[in-house]
Amino acid sequence: MRTCLVVDDSSVVRKIARRILEEMSFEVVEAEDGERAIEICKARLPDAILLDWNMPVMDCYEFLGKLRRMPNGDQPKVVFCTTENDIDHISRALNAGANEYIMKPFDKDIVSAKFQEVGLIQAMPS
Amino acid sequence: MNQPDYEFLRKLLRDKSGLDLSADKQYLIESRLLPLARKAGLGSISDLVQKLRDGSAVLVNQVVEAMTTNETFFFRDKVPFDHFREAVMPELLKARANRKSVRIWCAAGSTGQEPYSLAMCLREMSVALSGWRVEIIATDLSQEVLEKSKSGLYSQFEVQRGLPIQFLVKHFKQVGELWQINPDIRAMVQHRQLNLLHDFSQLGTFDVIFCRNVLIYFDQETKINIFGRLAKLMEPDGFLVLGAAETVVGLTDVFKPLAERRGLYRPTGAAPAKTSALGGLPKMVTMAGR
Repeated sequence: MRTCLVVDDSSVVRKIARRILEEMSFEVVEAEDGERAIEICKARLPDAILLDWNMPVMDCYEFLGKLRRMPNGDQPKVVFCTTENDIDHISRALNAGANEYIMKPFDKDIVSAKFQEVGLIQAMPS
Repeated sequence: MNQPDYEFLRKLLRDKSGLDLSADKQYLIESRLLPLARKAGLGSISDLVQKLRDGSAVLVNQVVEAMTTNETFFFRDKVPFDHFREAVMPELLKARANRKSVRIWCAAGSTGQEPYSLAMCLREMSVALSGWRVEIIATDLSQEVLEKSKSGLYSQFEVQRGLPIQFLVKHFKQVGELWQINPDIRAMVQHRQLNLLHDFSQLGTFDVIFCRNVLIYFDQETKINIFGRLAKLMEPDGFLVLGAAETVVGLTDVFKPLAERRGLYRPTGAAPAKTSALGGLPKMVTMAGR
């Protein structure tokens, strides 16, 4: 089963993301901050990472930088998932190495469409 | 909803739009028409049907629009757009190298996601298409959805369904809470109101016709008739794109599927059985297959 790491300091967001991702047949691992997320990645790299913009302890860029420098750290598909919904933030995230970007609030259709876009799941005719 | 009301609405929709509802679609009618009834100050579907029976033409149009408007996404189903980029356009770039023009028709253009998805694909090929005349005609039965399409304005939810983030950054601007597709992409799409039951030969000939997720609502005779008339509008080496749940197989031999490209069809040159428009003869639709 493919794994997705959800990094968000809000337990509510993590819970919603978990429900959606489990419906999409992902095994879900949660982290409440970037430092914990790095520990998880060191133990085992996930296939996908749903990453919040505003994180305590370690910010998203520091996390992304550390992840991408790990052995095989370029493998996980990183999808930003944040309330920062302006074009500057989106461009900055893409330049920093994010594969996709979800603007909160989100639903299963959106997560599913974005995961298809980065090749994590196959396109199903609607 | 009582049975006579349901049957009345079924017949009305069939005659006016060709929409062929099966006997068990009461929920669909209720979910689409209750908001409309409320908006018109009516308490129930029965009251709405009474107004329709009294002959309110405005209300008839609103009912048809409400029932035939469908949710759509950018790059819906993804695969047809891969075909468009990988098979259709490379072939047309060669075949039309002298003429340097390509005409595309989105026959159920709806709120614009499909024609604009095609326009964005074509924009990515702007080097190869330099000096070409590219036309995308988007038609729909509903004036209301065409107006939305023309505005190019979409909610945050709509721009996230199927639209790659790089395309959002490149081709959209934020307008308050909404996102608007850039004028250069909007200018690539022409909009026209059109009922597929009526004559559409005035649109000219096309190299590509996208006719997705609309024929599923028509009965068999109507589908066969529309396929025949689409074939007449198509260049002999053109492409027809249908929705995932649609096919020509078993209905007509004017198009044949491409085995290796699901949803993609080519004209065969076979003569269609009959190709007059159905619009003036609603009874033909009513009687067909029943």
